[in-house]
Amino acid sequence: MAETASMAETAAIGAPRAAYPLDALALGARSIEAARLTALGPAARLAFRGREAAIQAAGEAFGVALPREANRRHTADGRHALWLGPDEWMLLAPGADPAPLFAAIEAATAGLPHALVDVSARSVTIEVAGPKAAYVLNQGNPLDLSIEAFPVGSATRTLFHKAEIVLSRIAPDIFHVDVWRSFAPYVWQMLEDGRRELA
Amino acid sequence: MLIIDCPWCGARPEIEFRYGGEAHIARPADPAAMSDQEWADFLYNRTNPKGLHAERWRHIHGCGRYFNAVRDTVSDFFVTTYKAGEPRPDIGESGK
Ligand SMILES: [Zn+2]
Repeated sequence: MAETASMAETAAIGAPRAAYPLDALALGARSIEAARLTALGPAARLAFRGREAAIQAAGEAFGVALPREANRRHTADGRHALWLGPDEWMLLAPGADPAPLFAAIEAATAGLPHALVDVSARSVTIEVAGPKAAYVLNQGNPLDLSIEAFPVGSATRTLFHKAEIVLSRIAPDIFHVDVWRSFAPYVWQMLEDGRRELA
Repeated sequence: MLIIDCPWCGARPEIEFRYGGEAHIARPADPAAMSDQEWADFLYNRTNPKGLHAERWRHIHGCGRYFNAVRDTVSDFFVTTYKAGEPRPDIGESGK
C-alpha cells in the first residue's frame, strides 16, 4: 500500500520531485487575500501507534511530547505531534529527512510494543490562510471551526467534501490541510471553488 | 445532519462515522461445540428491535475507534454513546 511506496521513496526525499501533485495547480492559483492557498513543501511524516510505555519514549526521541488530549497538536522547534486517536499520532517535521527521525524513535522504543511507519510521501499539506480561511473550509467540512470550538492547537482527522484530511489550526487565521497525494488536486480544486466568491 | 457523540472526540458530524452492526455479540468460545442452528444464529440473526438498539459505530474519519451507541430505531435519536468494552447502560425500552 502507500506505506510500501513511501519506504521506497524515502531515499529520494529532499531531492527535487518531478511531479509534486500540486505544482501545476499552485502556479495557476489566483491571489485572493481573504483565503490564500499555498502548497507546502515536503515534510517528514511518521505514523506512530503505541501503548503507554512507548508513548513517552517516542515523544522524547521526537522532541515533542505526544498530546494525550483528544484532537490536539503539540509543537516544539518546528516539529508537530498530532493526536489522531487514543493510540495513534502523526509526527510531522516540515523540511526534515525522515530517516534519522525514524531511526531515533525506533531506538528509543526498542522492545516496547508499538508501530512506526514512514508515511512521508503519502500526503501533502495545503495551507489555507486569511480571514475567510475557516469559511472556505466550512464549504466542505461541517465541523464548528469557530475559535472557541476549534482553537489554535486543534488537529483532527475529518473530511473535506469526499476526501479524508487531517485539519490543523496553526493560528486563528491559518489552517493546514494534510491530504493523501492522489486526493490533493481534488481538495485543492474544491478549495478554489469555495473561495471563488471571495475574489 | 445528525451529530454523534464520539466517546473520544465529542460531538461530530455523522458523515465521519460508519455503522458497525449490533453491539454486545460475543464470538462463541468453542464454535465446534455448537449446532448448525446455534452457529447460524450467531452469524446472521439479530434482534432488530423497534425502539432502543445497542449498536457499534466507528469514527472512521476521526479517531478511528469503534464504540457503542444506543439509538432509537424509530426516531433515529442517539440516546447515548460509550466506549467499546463498557457494559450497555441501563436505560429503558424506548427513547424520545
Ligand atoms: Zn472519535
